[in-house]
Amino acid sequence: MTLVKSLAAKPWIWSFLGALLVWLATISFTGGYGGGGMVTAALSLAVFTVIVGVGQMFVITLGPGNVDLSLPANIGLASAVAMKVMGGSDSMIVVGLLAALACGAAIGAVNYLLIWALRIPPIIATLSASFIIQSIDISYGRGLQIKPPPGFADFANWQILGIPVLAILTVLFTIAAAIALQRMIYGRSVLAIGQNIRAAWLAGVNVGRIRFLTYTLSGALGGIDGALLAGYFRGANVDIGNEYLLASIAVVVIGGTSVAGGKANVPGVWGAALFLVLLLTMLNTFGVSAGVRLLLTGLIIVGVITVAGGEKAIR
Amino acid sequence: MTAIAPGTIPRSSPRGSAARARLLRSLLPALSLALVLIAIAWLNPRAISYFGFSLMLNLAIPIALATIAQMFVIAGNELDLSIGTFVGFVGCVTATWLKDAPLLGVIVLLGSIGVYALLGALIHLRNLPSIVVTLGMSFVWQGLAILVLPKPGGKAPDWLLALMSFKPPFIPFPIIAALVIAAVVHFGLMRTSYGVILRGSGGNPAALRRAGWSLLRTKIVLFALTGLFGVLSGMALIGITTSADANIGNGYTLLAIAGVILGGGEFVGGRVSPIGAVLGALTLALAASPLLTFMHIPPDWQVAANGAILIIVLAARVLISRRER
Repeated sequence: MTLVKSLAAKPWIWSFLGALLVWLATISFTGGYGGGGMVTAALSLAVFTVIVGVGQMFVITLGPGNVDLSLPANIGLASAVAMKVMGGSDSMIVVGLLAALACGAAIGAVNYLLIWALRIPPIIATLSASFIIQSIDISYGRGLQIKPPPGFADFANWQILGIPVLAILTVLFTIAAAIALQRMIYGRSVLAIGQNIRAAWLAGVNVGRIRFLTYTLSGALGGIDGALLAGYFRGANVDIGNEYLLASIAVVVIGGTSVAGGKANVPGVWGAALFLVLLLTMLNTFGVSAGVRLLLTGLIIVGVITVAGGEKAIR
Repeated sequence: MTAIAPGTIPRSSPRGSAARARLLRSLLPALSLALVLIAIAWLNPRAISYFGFSLMLNLAIPIALATIAQMFVIAGNELDLSIGTFVGFVGCVTATWLKDAPLLGVIVLLGSIGVYALLGALIHLRNLPSIVVTLGMSFVWQGLAILVLPKPGGKAPDWLLALMSFKPPFIPFPIIAALVIAAVVHFGLMRTSYGVILRGSGGNPAALRRAGWSLLRTKIVLFALTGLFGVLSGMALIGITTSADANIGNGYTLLAIAGVILGGGEFVGGRVSPIGAVLGALTLALAASPLLTFMHIPPDWQVAANGAILIIVLAARVLISRRER
């Protein structure tokens, strides 16, 4: 009983329950057929949402108004940069990944520079940055050799016993992120800033540096995500990151992180990402049309937020 | 976010220079528009004519209306990330039901304004982040738009086509429309007593609540107004393009936010300006395509031009505000 109670008190448990429910609904529809394959597919797709979701989570935890809207454009550009640097050759994979990482980190740093220098809300800063990144991507990505090297594509699709290797690596990464958040000075500072920026400053937290690091981190994760996406889908394109604006914000909120800032939850990001991916799989399995699928996805997100939200925002 | 209460009187600097800075700041949207116009006139003098303006500003009417729609939610410290797909949805309804079954079309459009009002109530009652709710809604509107009009097509009602292609003497229609929109919204939001309450709900909600005003009602009204202007924007758009497509309005979400901010609006504190918002929308509409075309810059950079203008204007505002403080 105490176990149930302590589990129910964890904000992340609901997202996993939701994912489980959706999964059960789907396999009961197919009569148990393809349940395992569905989990494999869900894991490999959820990875991409989790990676940007963790970056977005750190940003949102900085407090109200902090959000990174440049992630889709960032993912698009980084995927093109990575594929261009790799140039289809296996020996350049690591260099390509580093280039994507650097590209994303630079975008994150520019985001913070705009926020700091122009003293504008992060929403506007990341929005105007994303306008410019989009154009760079469109004009840079035109007529490019945009296929990943075979080795990289195989790596991104590699599975051991039905478990995608990328998912295992991402689990390790999220554990590291959880440790960084709860046990390291950086993470504690992020939480402190989100709870009360002035108190954090008075307590000696270097607010500017922590915010700079957080936006850079979010950008870098977007960059690496772009490279991995291009590898997984065997090609980069301008629109590859489009769905990750909603997805990255939604997994953070559904996963139990407070939108008011100062309270983050890493496991919930995984639960919410699996929930979203399985939800799409379910709607596809039911054979609904594109319009109905979009409609239901939107309604379910609004519904989940309505149930999960309702916290008093602290201003 | 550390919101500085609106109307804070600057003390450190001498009165005169502060007042000058504030004046300069309020003139910034007009100055940006003037700069873009001068650039266009310099690059292509023939564009500055009745015909040139009708052509260049054609799409500015729906953009201005969408910007005004976004301005209302921003006045209440919220953000609507679904306005673009909502405009698309309205467009699809306008090009199908409003033409073939006007009564049904009108009911659906009124109903969608009602949905906006409900969203406002939901966001207020459950204290939800409007960014997430409206992002979710953007999928809902897009889904509905595809269901209404699975393939691009449809046709605008004749009266709407006639209205949007109206050619008044001397002054091009888009300019008259912009003036009317700006004047009506300016009067309603800046000059009426309930307009003050609406802006106050963003500026100092606690004070309003203590004074006995219902914050639930202000939020519902602000969201309903957003829905109303979103409907007008979608109808105006279809009146110009004559047919619809489920994705027709997608770019409007970001354009509308950019327009409000360009026009001198602030994200928090209920500081918005309807006239500025319309000017901001015109600036974006002109800078995005005609200016770039005249400068022989490929259309790839259209979006970047919007971003760059936004950053330049905000930078100018910072320089001015530094003197204001």
